[in-house]
Amino acid sequence: MIKKITCIQCPKGCALSVDIENCLVVKVTGNECPKGEKYAISEIENPMRVLTSAVLTEGLSLKMAPVRTDGPIPKADTMRAMDEIKKLRLKKPAVAGETLVKDFMGLGVNLTITRQVS
Amino acid sequence: MTGRLTERELVIIGGGPAGMAAAISAHENGVKDILVLERDQYLGGILNQCIHTGFGVEYFKEILTGPEYADRFLQKIKQLPGVEVSVRSFAVILREDRTVTYIKPGVIEDVSAKAVIMATGCREKTREMVHIAGSRPSGIFSAGLAQKLVNVEGLLPGKEVVIVGSGDIGLIMARRFTLEGARVKAIIEIQKKTRGLVRNVVQCVEDFDIPMYFDHKISRIYGRDRVEKVAVVKVDDNFNEIPASAFEISCDTVLISVGLIPENELLEMAGAVIDKKTNTPLSEQVNGTSIPGIFACGNAFKVYDLADSVSKDSAVAGKMAAEYIKGLK
Repeated sequence: MIKKITCIQCPKGCALSVDIENCLVVKVTGNECPKGEKYAISEIENPMRVLTSAVLTEGLSLKMAPVRTDGPIPKADTMRAMDEIKKLRLKKPAVAGETLVKDFMGLGVNLTITRQVS
Repeated sequence: MTGRLTERELVIIGGGPAGMAAAISAHENGVKDILVLERDQYLGGILNQCIHTGFGVEYFKEILTGPEYADRFLQKIKQLPGVEVSVRSFAVILREDRTVTYIKPGVIEDVSAKAVIMATGCREKTREMVHIAGSRPSGIFSAGLAQKLVNVEGLLPGKEVVIVGSGDIGLIMARRFTLEGARVKAIIEIQKKTRGLVRNVVQCVEDFDIPMYFDHKISRIYGRDRVEKVAVVKVDDNFNEIPASAFEISCDTVLISVGLIPENELLEMAGAVIDKKTNTPLSEQVNGTSIPGIFACGNAFKVYDLADSVSKDSAVAGKMAAEYIKGLK
């Protein structure tokens, strides 16, 4: 089966053709760089996304501290991860890039603060 | 003149991606007396509310969020002794002789500069500019305002959302509202294809099964105190409504994401020639204006798709201003 997908690794958005057999990628065409092939395989076999959101702070300069996962997490875990993020509070100053939660939800990525909060 | 007059080599109006890149570049090119005026409390401009990833791919070869991208420039500016940043400082008058009047809490200041760079960015087009009929209840927001409310103020402005237009901010807010537990019921686009980046259609709309209607428009907004529903209709190739296709969507919130307008009223005030259609300065060269010594960069010069391109071109503006100042000596 050939599936058409759009690469989202950069703003170019290459139109990829992915040849799939038994839920596994056999061949990728249409990609202008190697990232496209890697993306297509991940997208078909186990779609992953970097999740960004913001957590409430207590007693700091900003009301919300923006956060991200420092690597992609399975798309299927997105809403569960949001529930966790909503429970979090940042209570002490942080710089951009600081880890808020190590090994977030056991997914092998850290949840990091993306903006300086004093 | 209204207050005391100080003199500077270079004044940059706006401390977003354009202003920050211009300041760093001007400094690197030998200007050591730079004043950056920023009306917000922090540098960074719109990047601070763009908490999603997608920045820096070209400029830093890394995928960063807006605040992370801004932080790279912030940290650099902090180390430049020749760049003074004045926050909560709002420029209200720009004159052809390159004097600027600005207000900050409690004071009015005048500054005279050898060169001025306008890095004032854009504002969002409003409902009025796309002529949507109906009542004027609460619950109608421009997409960028909603983005600020959710990401910076921590407020969710609605629970059932319809988005007008498929600009990038609208697509990104479709995902953001969904993640925060609201239901995005439709994105309505009058054109045949999205105005936003394809990657945003994939990861913000298709990922969450949000219905997108192309060749459709909102013909009316209903609601007395709060938005209650919208009427949607298909349009033909000449954008005429096809009445038989009309249907309604109940919702409490309408987001408007129909594009940006460069904010160039100060340039106009100074007498620069402005293209009335695009609200951008007319100039023979990139980053120029019709007034010698006054430059414009970033979204004030033209509307960009990517912050990375803004940074790149604004660095050129910083260099141009530096060369202009050198030429005066």
